[in-house]
Amino acid sequence: MQLQDLYRDVILDHNRHPRNFGPLPEASASIEGFNPLCGDRLTLRLRLVDDRVDDIRFEGQGCAISTASASLMTEAVKGKTRDEALALFDRVHRLLTDDSAEIDDAKLGKLAALSGVREFPARVKCASLCWHTLASALKSPAPLPGPSVSTE
Amino acid sequence: MSTIVRARPPRAFDVDAVRREFPVLARTVHGNPIAYLDNGASSQSPECVIAAVEGYMRRHHANIHRGVHTLSQEATGLYEAARDRLVGFIKAASRHEIVFTRGATESVNLVAQSFARPTLRPDDEILITHLEHHANIVPWQMVAQQTGAKLVVAPIDSRGEVDAQTVEALMSPRTKIFACAHVSNALGTVLPVERLVASARRRGIATLVDGAQAVPHMAVDVGALGCDFYVFSGHKMFAPTGIGVLYGREALLERMPPWQGGGDMILTVSFDGTVYNALPYKFEAGTPNISGAIGLGAAVEFLDSLDLGAAHAHEQALLEHAHAALRSIPGLGFIGTAREKVGLVSFVVDGVHPHDLGTILDRDGIAIRTGHHCAMPVMEFFRVPATARASFAFYNTFDEIDRLAASVERARRLFT
Ligand SMILES: Cc1ncc(COP(=O)(O)O)c(C=O)c1O
Repeated sequence: MQLQDLYRDVILDHNRHPRNFGPLPEASASIEGFNPLCGDRLTLRLRLVDDRVDDIRFEGQGCAISTASASLMTEAVKGKTRDEALALFDRVHRLLTDDSAEIDDAKLGKLAALSGVREFPARVKCASLCWHTLASALKSPAPLPGPSVSTE
Repeated sequence: MSTIVRARPPRAFDVDAVRREFPVLARTVHGNPIAYLDNGASSQSPECVIAAVEGYMRRHHANIHRGVHTLSQEATGLYEAARDRLVGFIKAASRHEIVFTRGATESVNLVAQSFARPTLRPDDEILITHLEHHANIVPWQMVAQQTGAKLVVAPIDSRGEVDAQTVEALMSPRTKIFACAHVSNALGTVLPVERLVASARRRGIATLVDGAQAVPHMAVDVGALGCDFYVFSGHKMFAPTGIGVLYGREALLERMPPWQGGGDMILTVSFDGTVYNALPYKFEAGTPNISGAIGLGAAVEFLDSLDLGAAHAHEQALLEHAHAALRSIPGLGFIGTAREKVGLVSFVVDGVHPHDLGTILDRDGIAIRTGHHCAMPVMEFFRVPATARASFAFYNTFDEIDRLAASVERARRLFT
């Protein structure tokens, strides 16, 4: 496994120019993710309208993998229903942790760029932090300020 | 005819010869020779340490202090000989002052619970510094909570130094314990412990020095230092994991109640009461890490065989070389620029998160530590979430540092 498989152009690009980065006024949920191993912190804010992710933005400090993963995630789930977004969480989770999970470009789109991460076990948590944070926000849309999610 | 007086050349340190003693240094990682620059987290073991542990496992293994049979007596002899080696290593006054523990962390916890907890009263103060490892923070927070005592934290400055006068100003009549690192694991700073310990003693304050990062780099003399407690871990000084030392002044250890109860720490047990064993066994409940202690004894023997002055000079030369090689990388900033440092550089690179750096360096066979280094208050002080840290031992080379710098530069180019 080569470094270029981990740091693909899509990842480098989303790290350099994260999409949907910044505060979100009128969020219906705000939730913090924390990876105690590396100190990565992430705040995810989303606005659900009729059970659909109307808008989603994130803020925080993290490595290229966690920043790119969060950036790609916000793009991917915007406009999706809660169930669709949770189904995507399951698919990405398998992609990151299950060596035999197929990499279905059609279903994953740009998210397929994260598939290199599973060859770097020490980095899986970096990529999955934002997704766990999203899942917990969607499963229990908490009033502000939301509870904290940890990858430990 | 005039005579030219030549300065004696600096003693050469034969790195190649030393490296041959460390089997792991011959391996490769991802197809590259390993450059092991994570000695601050855990250092590698020389052949003689591995052989001592193996020899014990193969020929002498038995429980200690409790068998009349030959193996038990041999194991006891090896274990206690290791203790004697440690007496000499830190110049303790007697073998009663060397307690084997799991490591620096357990040693601090032992002192917090067995020494501090029974003596602290509400509003007493425990004084530490801002650059401590979590192992020298959390046990004090716990005992503060248990007793109502207060934790007072002496500041550091922008270089990562601890100013002795500032600390002294915080020593008050309420201060009962002063605990500080001898060397910072996150910054490399060598603290002015001689002066700080002396100041504390003059005020009747008990002192603990966390020597985890000092013992691999310098000769330590606890008698001259004058501290009440000194703690360190074997695995940072070329010995196995799971073994460490609590040095305590005998008179204090004598007065302290045992920490954990069990076998070995007692003389007699009945349901009416128990008579505790003498020092140091009072603090070594249960079957200890016998092989670890034997390995630690062998590591001390190895260090005794080195020219420590030359080894230290080599490490300082590595440090200087690292500063020079890394300084030229655009966007690289050092975290911790104390005037007196051990061979350790903590740094950040604009646009490159330390974790990505760690992964990229690993592919080049270079092992460094990235993260908060169990010193989150230090990270907060310097307003960084994490740093990359290269920490050297005497077996490291200038070439390894050149590889480090080249690899960091490659990573920077990838991300910017
Ligand atoms: C300064 C310092 N103190 C204490 C410790 C804790 O050592 P251990 O984890 O071996 O108990 C460390 C280890 O990183 C350290 O660097």
